[in-house]
Amino acid sequence: MTWSSSPSPSSHSITLYSVTLELEKDMHTSHTDRMGLILIALTTIAILTALGMVFLYAPREATMGDIQRIFYFHVASAWVGFFGFFVTFLAGIVYLARAERRWDILALSSVEIGLTFITMAVVTGSLWARPVWGTYWTWEPRLTISAIQLLLYVSYIMLRGAIENPEQKARFAAVYGIVAFVTVPLSWFAIRWWRTIHPDILTGGEGMALVPKMVHTLLVSIGAFTLLYVTLLRLRIRLEQAADALAHLHARLEQERYG
Amino acid sequence: MTSEWAGFCRKVGAIVYKDLVAEWHTREMISAMLVFSVLALLIFSFALDLRGDMARAAAPGVLWATIAFAGTLGLSRSLTREQQAGCMDGLLLAPVDRSAIFFGKAIGNLAFISIVELVLLPLFAALFDAPLLQGDILVITALGTLGYTAVGTLLAAIAVNTRAREVMLPILLLPLVVPVLIAAVQATGNLIEGGTWAEIGGWVRLLVVYDLVIIAVSVLTFDYVV
Repeated sequence: MTWSSSPSPSSHSITLYSVTLELEKDMHTSHTDRMGLILIALTTIAILTALGMVFLYAPREATMGDIQRIFYFHVASAWVGFFGFFVTFLAGIVYLARAERRWDILALSSVEIGLTFITMAVVTGSLWARPVWGTYWTWEPRLTISAIQLLLYVSYIMLRGAIENPEQKARFAAVYGIVAFVTVPLSWFAIRWWRTIHPDILTGGEGMALVPKMVHTLLVSIGAFTLLYVTLLRLRIRLEQAADALAHLHARLEQERYG
Repeated sequence: MTSEWAGFCRKVGAIVYKDLVAEWHTREMISAMLVFSVLALLIFSFALDLRGDMARAAAPGVLWATIAFAGTLGLSRSLTREQQAGCMDGLLLAPVDRSAIFFGKAIGNLAFISIVELVLLPLFAALFDAPLLQGDILVITALGTLGYTAVGTLLAAIAVNTRAREVMLPILLLPLVVPVLIAAVQATGNLIEGGTWAEIGGWVRLLVVYDLVIIAVSVLTFDYVV
């Protein structure tokens, strides 16, 4: 690192020590993050409950068999993905209005988690399609719109990576997050009509009939995944705040050395 | 109020005029888009072995894929030119509303892409033996191009400020124009097969809604990207 070439090691290490202390104070990631622990505990319980319900409570689907059980996590992942992008859309609007860093952090954190979950939705969708329809990919509308969202927000991340100035990065990302989100419903309608004109023989009708126990399992899965989203979002936001604090202290350290 | 409106239109007109004159001197955007389109057409023909009925069925898809890719060249060039000559700073310093700049640039781009399309349509009609030169298809093409250009102008303004500007624009733009591409290809295909205006009503409505939503969002957010 740049510090090692410091002319007076003793005074420099004192500064470094005080900065480290400050860093710990700033990050307030002390050992008593009770809220975070509670969230993690709740999420663990919820995910285990959902898992138990998927395998033990939900009945076996008549035509597809056990493979249909992937449906509960597939739908929950797609929901969290979409919800994550919705939060990014809202955070983008607030960022443009107020220009406060925390809204950009929220937008970025939410998009990364949304991207993870939408990828899971696309992958589980393909895994489901293979045994049921005999192919990894069908242009089923819901699967297609998930894939388009995946591409949209990969572009969002690439855009962020291609801009140096942090303030400009936040502004452009907010605009792209807004424009991207408003096209999602339009893409959805376009894909649906497109598929009605060229019906997919493989997928046939509009899926399966859900019995009450299946609906319960689905709702619990969606709840559990939403909780997981909140937990991850909180952690990701704190990570970004810590990175900001570190960058800030880094800048101060440099300034004290040379300034 | 009416004089304000007239003033706004005059400012938009001045920006469009500037772009048209600049393009007339260099002809770099239109010629680049045209040459690229013809090359794309050639590549599609070889890749898909387009002859006879196959060609006719593929014509709308190939047409719109060509427009979508060629358009990114023009859009990217249009905004890069502003950036390089420092013209964007001049425009921003001028006492004009940012939305006037957006409309000026968007209308200019719309004009260039439309000119390219007016050359492409007869070319496609001849090569693919498809009746593309109908009023209805022109309306669909215009509606699709309008939405494409509006969102493309906004994103080109973003892309020119990024590190890999030319690479960034297609990546940002193409996933956003999925509705335009599906609707325009389906409607055009239907019309080629002798469909009526009533049969493609849904697609036309989708294009109109897309255009309105995108123009509204672009005008509202353009302030933040320049």
